[in-house]
Amino acid sequence: MHPAFSVIFLTTLIGVGQGLFLALVTGQVYSLANLLQPQDSVRFYALGSLLALIFLIAGLVASVFHLGRPERAWRAATRWRTSWLSREVIVLPLFMGLVFLYGFIHFMGWTDPLFIIRGRLPVDATLILGVLGALAAFALYGCTAMIYASIPFIEEWHSPYTPINFVLLGLASGFTLAAAFSAWLGVDLVAFYGAWAVIFTLAAALSRLLSMRRNARLVHKSTLQTAIGIRHNQIVQKSQGFMGGNFNTREFFHGAPPWKVRLVKIFFVLAVFVVPPLLLGLAWLIHSPQLPVAAFVVQYLGLLGERWYFFVEARHPQNLYYQSMA
Amino acid sequence: MTQLALVIDLNVCVGCHACVTSCKEWNTSGWAGPLTDLRPYDRDPSGTFFNRVQTFEIGAFPNTETVHFPKSCLHCEEPPCVPVCPTGASYKREDNGVVLVDYDKCIGCKYCSWACPYGMRELDEHQKVMKKCTLCIDRITDESLPEAERKPACVLACPTSARLFGDVHDPDSEVSVAIRENGGYQLMPEWGTRPANHYLPRRKTRIQIFEDELVRADNPLRKEAPLPAAEGETLDDVTF
Repeated sequence: MHPAFSVIFLTTLIGVGQGLFLALVTGQVYSLANLLQPQDSVRFYALGSLLALIFLIAGLVASVFHLGRPERAWRAATRWRTSWLSREVIVLPLFMGLVFLYGFIHFMGWTDPLFIIRGRLPVDATLILGVLGALAAFALYGCTAMIYASIPFIEEWHSPYTPINFVLLGLASGFTLAAAFSAWLGVDLVAFYGAWAVIFTLAAALSRLLSMRRNARLVHKSTLQTAIGIRHNQIVQKSQGFMGGNFNTREFFHGAPPWKVRLVKIFFVLAVFVVPPLLLGLAWLIHSPQLPVAAFVVQYLGLLGERWYFFVEARHPQNLYYQSMA
Repeated sequence: MTQLALVIDLNVCVGCHACVTSCKEWNTSGWAGPLTDLRPYDRDPSGTFFNRVQTFEIGAFPNTETVHFPKSCLHCEEPPCVPVCPTGASYKREDNGVVLVDYDKCIGCKYCSWACPYGMRELDEHQKVMKKCTLCIDRITDESLPEAERKPACVLACPTSARLFGDVHDPDSEVSVAIRENGGYQLMPEWGTRPANHYLPRRKTRIQIFEDELVRADNPLRKEAPLPAAEGETLDDVTF
C-alpha cells in the first residue's frame, strides 16, 4: 500500500493523545487510591488535557488532508452500523469532547466529591469523565485499528496483532509523553509514568515484532492464477492496459526501494522500542528533566516510521493485476 | 431478484480495446462522467477508466498462449466495498444488483478502493470522488432506447461478441446458459465476494479425423474418377 502521510499523522497523533489522556486518568486513579501524591488540578490535569487535545486536534487536521471532499466529512458519521471508519468518525469527536470536559472541570476546580462510595471513595465529576474518556479512548483505538484489521484480503493487516499494536504503541507513546510532561513541569511523576512507558514499549515491541514475523512468513491466498482464473503455473503479464500510471498503480504500490524499506524498519525498531526506554532509564538515574522529552520526540519520530512501514508491509491483492506495464 | 452482470469470453476476446474506448466515450459524457484525463498528451499521462484490457502470456515459449483479459467492476453479490463506506455513497441497487457510487455523497476517502480485492475502483483526480463501472446504468434502464440497445456500451462495441450481458439469476438467460455450459468462473473465489461477472475460459475446438475417413471405403481400387456431372443426376444427388 502507498503510505499516505495524512493517515500516518492521524493514527500516530491521536494514538499519543489517547495514551496521554489514559496516563492522566491512571495518575488520578492512583492518587485516589493514595498510591501517588495528588497533583494540582489546573497545572497538571488541565494542562495535560490541553496537551492531549492539541495532539487529537492535530490528528484530526491531518485526516482532513486524506479526503478528496473534506467539506462533506460530516456524512461519514452515517454508516456506523457497518463501517469502522464511520465509527471512528463518531468516537473521535466524542472522545475529544470528554477530554475537553475533563480538562475544563479540572481547570475550573470543580473537583468536590459529588458522592462518596462506602464512605471511602470520593467520586467527583472528573473521575466520572475520566473513566468515560478512558472507555472512549480504548473504543477509539479499536475503531482506528479495525479500519485496517477488518479488510480480510489485506492479510498483513487482517490479524489480532493490528489492534493490539495500535493500543500498545499508543499507550507507550502516550505514557512516554506523560513522563516528558511531568519532567517538564517538574512534577514527581516521571518515574511512575516512565516505568509504565517502558512496560508498554516493551510489550509493544514484542507484539510488533511478532506481527512482523507473521507478515514475513505470510503466504497470500490470492495468486495470479486466482486473479485471472487461469490454472497454469506460468503466467506472465505483458500489458496492464495502459502505458502511464493510474490510481491503481499509485494507491497500492509504495514504490520505495528495498534498501529504504529496510532502513526505515531498522530505524523504527530502534527509535520506538530501544532508544526511549534507555533514555527514560538514564533520566531516572541522573534526574534529568530533558531526557524524557527527548525520549518522546525520538519515539514519536520512530512511530511515524512504524506507521509508514505498516503501510509498506501490506500487499494488496489488486497488485497482482499490475505486474508489468507493457 | 435480478442480478445484472457481464460474462466475458476469454476464448473470443482479441484484445482490441474497443470496449475500453466505447466505455470511456459513453461514460465520460454521460451520467457517470466526467472520466477525467490528466496530462493526456504529456509525460506521465493518467486518467480514469471503468474498464481495462490487460494481456497475459500463459505457458513457456514456444507453447504460449496470449490471453486478453478485460477487467471492470464485477458487481459482487457480497460487495466488500459497500459496507466499509462511511457515508453510504457506495451502494448496491436492490432492483438489479448493480454496485454504484453516489458522487454527491462520496467524500473521497478511498477506503472502498482498499476494500476491493480486484482494484476495480478509481479515484477521479478532478472530481475527487470514487468512480467505477456502472454497467452503463443510464443505458440499461433507459426505456426510451430500443430494447436491443439497452446494454452496456462495451457489450455493444465488442466486435467479436466476447461480452455477454444479462441476468445471472435467471437460469434461462443467455449469460446463465453460457456460464453453465462453457465453464464460467469467478475471479478470486477465495474471498467469498461472489462476483456477478463471470469469465469463460479458453476452449480448444478440435475435430478428430482418422486416416480411413479420408478415403472412400467402397472404392477398393483407390481410383477416383471425375464426377459424372455431365450425365445428369445420379442417385447420390437425390438421396441423402
